[in-house]
Amino acid sequence: MPDRTDTAEDCGVPLSDPVLRARIADFLTETAHALDDDRLEEWPDFFTERGTYRITTRENEEAGMPVGIMHCAGRGMILDRIRALRTANIFEPHTYCHVLGPSQLSGLPDGLIRARTNFLVIRTMQNGESSLFAAGRYRDAIVMEDDAPRLDARTVILESRRVDVLLVIPI
Amino acid sequence: MSAPSQEPVTPFSWPDEGVTRVPYRLFSDPEVYALEQERIFRGPVWHFLCLELELGKVGDYRTGFIGETPIVVTRGRTGAVHAMVNRCAHKGALVCHKERGNAKVLSCVYHSWTYDLEGRLMGLAFRDGLRGKGGMPDNFRTRDHRLQPIRTEIYAGMVFGTFHQDTPDVETFFGPEMCRILQRNFSRPLRLIGSHSQMIHNNWKLYAENVRDSYHATLLHTFYTTFKINRLDMDGGIRIADAPQPWHHLSFAKRATFEAADEYRTAEVHSASYESRLNGPHLLDAWEEFDDGITHSIQALFPTLAIQFTLNSLAVRWFTPRGIDRTELFWMYLGYDDDDDTERDMRVMQANLTGAAGLVSLEDGCINEFVQRGTRGGAPGDAAFMEMGGTTVESSEGSRATEVAIRGFWHGYREIMGFA
Repeated sequence: MPDRTDTAEDCGVPLSDPVLRARIADFLTETAHALDDDRLEEWPDFFTERGTYRITTRENEEAGMPVGIMHCAGRGMILDRIRALRTANIFEPHTYCHVLGPSQLSGLPDGLIRARTNFLVIRTMQNGESSLFAAGRYRDAIVMEDDAPRLDARTVILESRRVDVLLVIPI
Repeated sequence: MSAPSQEPVTPFSWPDEGVTRVPYRLFSDPEVYALEQERIFRGPVWHFLCLELELGKVGDYRTGFIGETPIVVTRGRTGAVHAMVNRCAHKGALVCHKERGNAKVLSCVYHSWTYDLEGRLMGLAFRDGLRGKGGMPDNFRTRDHRLQPIRTEIYAGMVFGTFHQDTPDVETFFGPEMCRILQRNFSRPLRLIGSHSQMIHNNWKLYAENVRDSYHATLLHTFYTTFKINRLDMDGGIRIADAPQPWHHLSFAKRATFEAADEYRTAEVHSASYESRLNGPHLLDAWEEFDDGITHSIQALFPTLAIQFTLNSLAVRWFTPRGIDRTELFWMYLGYDDDDDTERDMRVMQANLTGAAGLVSLEDGCINEFVQRGTRGGAPGDAAFMEMGGTTVESSEGSRATEVAIRGFWHGYREIMGFA
């Protein structure tokens, strides 16, 4: 399964169009805010039909290990994750607050846009405890579909190999 | 097996009902926790240390834990695997501070005490002092000092270790029934395809119970039932390890026989089309790897090791105490060296079922914590009640609605802790 966010053999150049840069930046912010605002039903639509969403760790990524923590291949599987969270999975209620760093954006000749964005996720449990749940980076491959940006692939690389309690809401 | 010599710190008596009752005190009492370190983790028990494949070359090392004790496992010059306490014989500092690596010698960074890959002290800095002054006494002998060795044995690609000379060999410890399934799952060269860990906020024994709890599986983990993946509701049972140590178990399920009959046997790799309500049903693409019909199994080996084979997702789950109410659970996902790309991809997809974000396992991250929190503040006699499937510890062919494997764990625990 090739990772379409992998930049190893890229010939991308920094994205210079200021209008496009602003649109992509807004889009990336919106993907995080939808999770923070519990608008999870909107979340699969940020992806293309074949879009992949993968959460892995720095350790696995550096070792070239294909299994991480979550792996959805296609919008259908992303939708299943949200439906499972809403209807099947059982967990203590909690919310996320994403804090994103500035994105590095580059464009490829075929119109693909790559983005790397660092993030922090602060998780708050129902007893009021807020703590740093995750730190890491998004590695995104973005395409324009009907003049709207969509994630063709997002790889979430967590700094830590250790998850506190469980991971059910996407990062 | 010899009985532990020392008496419990605080007198402990088990309820008269035996292993159907488990006092809540066991999950939060610091004296019990300390005694477990001595009697279980340093006691006559085999502990999982690492996978042999993590030590591919001479000089490869991997650090880890047996209970709270830091350890290091090495591949020595002769190719043999050695394990020792990762604690310098000088001041007690960690000798290896990286999780894994390759080294010619093991050298403590504090005062350069240097050990060979078997843990024997080779030399140390300024042994003879400087300019004729200082240095070790004349009667100092390097051979009198070494990293504390741990008995090791490799079985089914896994490195096991024990501090105790009385521990019987691994095959005897697990018994023939448990070894049969280990041989089935690990007889081909393995490949690690990913790993991560999960910090769960509960006593380690609650996860030991949880992984043996076949009663809860379809009740708490409702992913299968919610999405009408009916074919996973299959015949199965519990096999308990042979006496005299019924501490380990295998819980298994079989896909319906009509499916196994023609559809799966004709093709080496076959994508099963599960009747499900999934939008991405390829999550569950699978093939039948073995001819015994078992398509789902969890094997728990006393005290802190479990091996899952869920469809084609093979994983070693290993957990270790990080304090009375903290346990770190490690997930190591495996394939075989000779997997083709399709097989590897199916294992990768099925890994979604388990782990910290597992569709059928993530609830275990919080359910044990709910017990940890729920059992606080009880009266001294408060205990869990576990009579599902009877009161004994014996195999249960045909039914997994039983707590027999949990009773098996407590049978072993009582015996080894000396809690009569």
